[in-house]
Amino acid sequence: MLSIRNLSVFYGDAQALDNVSLDVPAGSITAIVGANGAGKTTLIRTIAGMLSAASGEISYKERIITGLPGHQVCDLGIGQVAEGRQVFPTLTVEENLAMGAMLPRARASRKRNLERVYTMFPRLSERRRQNAGTMSGGEQQMLAIGRCLMGEPELIMFDEPSLGLSPALVSDMLATIGSLSQSGLTCILVEQNVAQSLKLSAYAYVLENGRIVLSGSGAAVLGDDRVRQAYLGL
Amino acid sequence: MSLTLSASVIVQGVLTGLVYGLMALGLSVIFGIVRVVNFAHGEFAVLAMYIAYLLFFWLKLDPFLAALPIAALFFGVGYLLQRALINSFVARAEHDQFILMVGLAIVLVNGCLMIFGPEARHAELSYSLDSWLAGPLIIDAVRVYAAIGSLVVALMLLAFFRLTDTGTAIRACADNRLAAAIVGLDTRRLYALTFGLGLACVGAAGAMQTAIIDPNPSLAPGMTLLAFTVVIVGGLGSLIGALFAGILIGVAEALSSLVMAPSMKSLASFAVLVLVLVLRPQGLFGKGG
Amino acid sequence: MHPTLHRLLGQLDRRQRLAFLGLVGALILGPAFLDRYLMSIMILVFWYAAVGQAWNIMMGFCGQLSLGHCLYSGIGGYVAALLWVNYGIPPWLAAVPAMGIACACGIVIGWLAFRYDIGGVYFALLTIAFAEMARIAFDNWAGGGGAAGLFIPLIPAADAGLWTLSGGPLQFYYLMLGLAITSFVAAAALRASRLGHEWLAIREEPEAARALGIDIYRAKLAAIIVSAAITSLAGVFYAFYQRNLFPSDAFDVSRSIIMIMGPIVGGLGTLMGPVIGALILTPLGQILIALTERLVGHAVPGASLLAYGALLMVIISTNANGVWPGLSRRLGLAPRALR
Ligand SMILES: Nc1ncnc2c1ncn2[C@@H]1O[C@H](COP(=O)(O)OP(=O)(O)OP(=O)(O)O)[C@@H](O)[C@H]1O
Ligand SMILES: [Mg+2]
Repeated sequence: MLSIRNLSVFYGDAQALDNVSLDVPAGSITAIVGANGAGKTTLIRTIAGMLSAASGEISYKERIITGLPGHQVCDLGIGQVAEGRQVFPTLTVEENLAMGAMLPRARASRKRNLERVYTMFPRLSERRRQNAGTMSGGEQQMLAIGRCLMGEPELIMFDEPSLGLSPALVSDMLATIGSLSQSGLTCILVEQNVAQSLKLSAYAYVLENGRIVLSGSGAAVLGDDRVRQAYLGL
Repeated sequence: MSLTLSASVIVQGVLTGLVYGLMALGLSVIFGIVRVVNFAHGEFAVLAMYIAYLLFFWLKLDPFLAALPIAALFFGVGYLLQRALINSFVARAEHDQFILMVGLAIVLVNGCLMIFGPEARHAELSYSLDSWLAGPLIIDAVRVYAAIGSLVVALMLLAFFRLTDTGTAIRACADNRLAAAIVGLDTRRLYALTFGLGLACVGAAGAMQTAIIDPNPSLAPGMTLLAFTVVIVGGLGSLIGALFAGILIGVAEALSSLVMAPSMKSLASFAVLVLVLVLRPQGLFGKGG
Repeated sequence: MHPTLHRLLGQLDRRQRLAFLGLVGALILGPAFLDRYLMSIMILVFWYAAVGQAWNIMMGFCGQLSLGHCLYSGIGGYVAALLWVNYGIPPWLAAVPAMGIACACGIVIGWLAFRYDIGGVYFALLTIAFAEMARIAFDNWAGGGGAAGLFIPLIPAADAGLWTLSGGPLQFYYLMLGLAITSFVAAAALRASRLGHEWLAIREEPEAARALGIDIYRAKLAAIIVSAAITSLAGVFYAFYQRNLFPSDAFDVSRSIIMIMGPIVGGLGTLMGPVIGALILTPLGQILIALTERLVGHAVPGASLLAYGALLMVIISTNANGVWPGLSRRLGLAPRALR
C-alpha cells in the first residue's frame, strides 16, 4: 500500500534518515521500532508531507507522493496520530473532531463519522463541549484517534500512542489499534512497548540512527537476539 | 468641570474606542494567528481612508457605505500579500518580519504622500456636524454611526470565528500549528484568509474613520502604535479583549484630553499600556500567567 | 596600544587585520578626498554605525528588541544642549549627566520589563511607549523649547572648537569616526567578555542560561545600560552637530527605526553588521533623493522614501541573515572576531 525507496532526510546539516526503504502492506499493522532519536517521528512526518525529503521516493497506492504538501497527502487517506497527542487545547472536543473532517474526502460523511467515533469512544461523546486541553491524557489520546478517524483514513500512522498512559490504558490502546486493523485499516505503529506492539504486527522494521537495520515478520523480529537485547533487555 | 461634560466625553470615548477596537481586532487576528506583527497596520488604515475619500470625492459614495467594498478590496489585498510575500517570512525571525513590514509601511505611506500630498483631505458629509442630545449629553452623529458600524463588523468577525468551520480551523491553527498540519489543514491558505480578514477590519475601520478624521499620511505611525497598544492591553489572541481595550483606551484618551492638553491624549494610552504590561503582562483578557 | 584592542586584533588573521586597518586608514584619510556633501553623508554613516552598534548590543547580542532607541539619543542631546544653553556647561562635561539620565531611563524600562520576563514584541512596544511619552513630554515642556524646538546658538568662529563641539564638518567627521570606532571596539570587547557570553546564552537558550546560573535580569539590565550610554553619547554629538532639537524629530519612531535598520540589514549580532548596514543604507537614502530629483526635475515628497522602503523589502527578502555574513564569506574574511 505504501512503499518507500531510499529515503534520506536532513535537518539542516544533520541527517535524520539515511537511505530508508520499507513497504507497508494493506490491511495489517507494520511496526517501526527504534531507540530515542532513531528517526521514527521524522519518517512519519516525511510520509505525511510535513518534512521534505532530500532524496528518495514515497509511493502510496501506486502513486508517487513525495513532495506533495501535507494537506494533500492527508486527503489521499493517510492519517496520523501524532507523538504527544497534539490536540487543539482551547477547542472543544467536538470542534477538535470537526477539524479532522475538514479534508475534502471526509466532508460529506462527517455526521456519520462523528456518530461512529462517539460510539467507539463514548467518553468523548460525554465530553463533547469540554475544552480538549482540560481532558486527561488518556482522553486526549482517544480524541487524537477519533479526530484522525474523522478524516476517513485508509492508512493511519501511530506515533507512540501509549506514551504517558498507565499500563491498563496501554493495553486498551493497543487493543483499539488491533481492532481498527481488523476492520481493514492499514496501520504503521511506532511504539515504546516493543514486545506488545511486535506481537500485534504482521511486519516490523528496526530503525537505528536513521537506517533500517533489521526487518521481517513481527514474530521474527521479536525473536531476533539483537532486538531482545537492545529493546527488551533480555 | 461638570459631570455632564465628563459624561459626554466618556460616551465619545466609548464610541471612538469601538473604532479603535475594530482596527486593533484586525491586528490581533493577524498577530495571534499568523504570528506576524503587521507594522504597516496604521498605514493600511490611512490607505483605506484615502480610498474612502476618493470614492466620496468622485462618486459621492458615503464612507459608511464605502466601508463594504473597501473591506472586500483589502481582504483580497491581504490574501494575496500573505500568499506572495509574507508567507515566506512566517518562519523567519521577528526582526526580519519587522523590517519587511516597516518597508511595506514606508512604501504605503509615501505612496499616499506622493499621490495626495501632505495636507489633510476633507470629506464634507451632509451630516458631518450633526449631533444628538440624549438627555443632557451631546453626541456626534458620525461617531455613533462609526461605532455601530465597527461593532457590527466586529461581531460578524467573532461569529465567523465561532460558528463556521473555516473560522474554527483558523482558531485551530492559532491553538496548535503542529496539530493543524497533522490533521491536514491547509495552513497557508488559512493564514492568507486570516491576513485578508485582518486587513478587511482595518479597511472598514479606516473607511469609517474618514467621516471623523481627515486623512493625512502623518496619521499612520500613530495608528499603528495605537492598534498595537490596544491589542497588548486587551491580551494577545483575545478578540473580545481587543474590543474592550479599544473602548478603554478611547475613554482614557478622551478623558485625558479633557483634563490635559489634547496633544497629550496619547500619553494616557501609553500610561494604560505601561500599567498593563507591568501588572498583567498577558493583557486584560489574555490567558496564562 | 590598549591591551583589549591588542587582544582583539590578535584574534584576526593577517588578511582580516589588513582589511580592517585598510578600512580604518581609508576613513581617516577620507576628508582629503571628500567634498562637503560627501563629508556630511559620511558623518551620518559614522553616527548610524555607532548607534547601530549600541542597539546591536541589546538585540544582536542579548536578543532584546528595542524599538525606542531614539529615547536615549534624544535624552542625551536634550540634556547636553539644555545644560550648555542655560548654564554654559560644555558638552563634554554635560555628557556625563546626559548619559546618566539616559541610563536611568534604560534602567527604569529594564526594571519594568525584565523583572517579569517581558520580551519580544511586548518589550518592543514598551520601549516605543517610553520614547513616545518623552516626545509628548518635550513637546509640552516650554522650558525645553517645546514643540518649537531647542536651538544651540552658533559660536563666533574664533571661539569655536572641539571643547564646545562647535567646529566645522572636519571636526565632526573625526568626532563621529572616533565614536564609531570606539563603539565598535567596545562592542567587540564586550562580546568577548564573560558578560558577552552570558548575553549570547540568553539570546540563544534563555532556559539553559538560567539553568547555568546566569543572572538573566542583571545581564539584560547591563545590556540596556551599555546600549543607552553609547546611544546617548551619540545623541550629544548629534545635537551639537545639528545645533537644533525638535521633539517630533528627536523622539520620533522613525528615528528609532532608521537606527536599527542598519544592523539588521548589515547582519544582526555581527560586529561589522552595523557598519556595513550604515554604509549601505545612509548613502542609499541620499542617492535615492538625488536620483528622484534628477529624474523628475524637482523634489517629489515621498518618492525617494518609497523606493527606499521597496529596496528594504528586497534586501530583507533576499538576505536572510543580513548582508555581512554572506559578504564576508565571499571576501574571504570569514568570521572569527570580525564576524
Ligand atoms: N526539528 C529538528 N531539528 C533538528 N534536528 C531534529 C529535529 N527533529 C528531530 N531532530 C533530530 O533528528 C533525529 C531523529 O529524531 P526523531 O524525532 O525522528 O526521533 P524518534 O525516533 O522519533 O525519537 P523518539 O523515540 O525520542 O521520539 C534526532 O537525532 C533528533 O535530534
Ligand atoms: Mg518520536
